Amino acid sequence: MTSLLWGSATAILLMAFVCLWRADAGPTVLDRILAVNVAGTKTLVVLVLLATIAGHAFLIDVAIVYGLLNFVITLAATRFIESGRLVRDEPAPSEAAP
Amino acid sequence: MSALLSVASVALLLVGLVFLAGGTLGLVRLPDVFARAHAASKCDSVGAGSILLALALQGGLVFGDLKVVLLVLLILVSAPTTAHALARAGFRTGITPWSKAERGDP
Repeated sequence: MTSLLWGSATAILLMAFVCLWRADAGPTVLDRILAVNVAGTKTLVVLVLLATIAGHAFLIDVAIVYGLLNFVITLAATRFIESGRLVRDEPAPSEAAP
Repeated sequence: MSALLSVASVALLLVGLVFLAGGTLGLVRLPDVFARAHAASKCDSVGAGSILLALALQGGLVFGDLKVVLLVLLILVSAPTTAHALARAGFRTGITPWSKAERGDP
């Protein structure tokens, strides 16, 4: 069972590197953000796999923090790209349209 | 009971690996940011969710597994929200969706 878990962790890491290829080659900024988000989700799964293999329970907490950061960072970056500002009350810069 | 749990865990793990591979393939091969967000978000929520459920079944039923189930809920909430925010940002910044009439990368 442990070798199966190691094998799946290796496979998921290889998929994360493939996602990083998209982050390098993506034609728009949104492609890069999406690729980094997907690679972050795969890293989270690898962290929980390592917690199960090695028996370190604190790695699950690290994975939870990783997931929350991934979520908030993606939402903030897409909102900034969409409207050129981060807070609703902040006046948008006039030349903001990217 | 323990053998049943093991079989269910391995089955969920393999299903999750297949879905993650499909999501990665979609992220690489699809022609548009909207199509890529669609493929990546759905396959990632199902793939990562079922792998995490398999790992939660693996350790018996102890307190750490509740955190893993919480992580599954977080992924199930965050993946569609992320895909929606990405697609809305792409649409509002003027990316035209890929169509069959004009083949090639937009």
